[in-house]
Amino acid sequence: MKLTVNGVERSFETPPLTPLLHVLREELGITSPKAGCQQGGCGSCTILVDGAPRRACLLPVAALDGAEITTLEGLGSPEALSPIQTAFHEHYAAQCGFCTSGMVLAAHGYLEGGGGPERESIQKALAGHVCRCTGYVKIIDAVAAAAGGEIEATQRWLPQPGEEAPVEVPGAPA
Amino acid sequence: MTTALERGANVLLPTTEAEAVEAFGDGSGITVIGGGTIVVPDMTSGRLRPEKAMLLTGAGLSGITRDGPRITIGATTPVSELESLPAPIGPCAANVADTEIRAQGTVGGNLCAGEGLEAPRGDLQGALLAVGATVRSAGAGGETTEPLEDFLAHRKSRLLLDVSFEEPSAGAFAPLIRPHTHDYTALAVSAARGGDGTVRLAVSGVTGPAVRLPSAEAKASDPRAAADAAAAEVTFADDALASAWYRNRTLPVLVRRALTQLEEV
Repeated sequence: MKLTVNGVERSFETPPLTPLLHVLREELGITSPKAGCQQGGCGSCTILVDGAPRRACLLPVAALDGAEITTLEGLGSPEALSPIQTAFHEHYAAQCGFCTSGMVLAAHGYLEGGGGPERESIQKALAGHVCRCTGYVKIIDAVAAAAGGEIEATQRWLPQPGEEAPVEVPGAPA
Repeated sequence: MTTALERGANVLLPTTEAEAVEAFGDGSGITVIGGGTIVVPDMTSGRLRPEKAMLLTGAGLSGITRDGPRITIGATTPVSELESLPAPIGPCAANVADTEIRAQGTVGGNLCAGEGLEAPRGDLQGALLAVGATVRSAGAGGETTEPLEDFLAHRKSRLLLDVSFEEPSAGAFAPLIRPHTHDYTALAVSAARGGDGTVRLAVSGVTGPAVRLPSAEAKASDPRAAADAAAAEVTFADDALASAWYRNRTLPVLVRRALTQLEEV
């Protein structure tokens, strides 16, 4: 089977009903989609399939042959965060980080779909995502800021003098 | 989780409706997967270990078509695509689970799902009963088209191909608001007025598949009388979403809300 993951074509052999989540984490070593409940109820495994948010734990890989998958590793890089990643960074929207990957990708899908800064519509869009730190207020602040155009699209985070260069991220585009 | 690796099922991937119908046969021993939102978690947890499965993704059964007032929805159409349809279908679809689940779960899977472990399944059944939907399905004895009520009674042995209905002249949907979006519908009342003026009412969240509320329908012009009649018509069970007692107390309220909405359309 073949899938394009973060712009790179990857092939793998796995039984056809294996969930995409297992292929990403175990076969391809891409660990931003988290294995939370694995029952479709927590949102932490959310990835983009052809640009739209989906639950990786619910998708049999056989249903995806030829699809374009985007994980958090493909959304931006430490040197050039995507607008929604910058918004999460600026608004302290990540606490323990377990739900963050799914939240960021769902929020990215919301923004790409033309979603606005209204808190109620953001809550509806992110309704399937559970934050075990209960840090919802700052997460919604971040999405509202990005939706309201308060975030520079190409804002960069640069390592400070003395800091090590960012480590290589498995699964990120070369 | 080792169960993910033990998926040695024989998986069929039909590319046309005819291939899907042939592969389904009389439906014995085959697990049908539409979007996967119900079957895949059951496999991951080990509750379900199919020996033969059919994945409908590529079978060309997705899409909504209109022919005059008649709307036909293909089996693998995602629930999210129903959100723009008229009430009660649109608001009922928008009330299902969450954004990602609605985009992946299919109409066929939602209608055909078996009994849930902790809650009734089949969120869309009530809304489609209210609009008098008919179902085209395949299985033993060949293809049939029948009212949704009849289909629901033997849905486990049939392959749903599409569901169709005439757009109602007015529709309304009154759900019990839930604390967590991923849950199935705890209780919801759908109402629709047909072209001839008759009102149909149906309730989701009862024991077993959704049902019509004929006594309440007979009193539809008086929402309060209809609400009182509805409570005597159905039985509820206690489950993880709500108690039977709470559902029983809430049903008349939802019937009254749905009929009041219907009058205001």
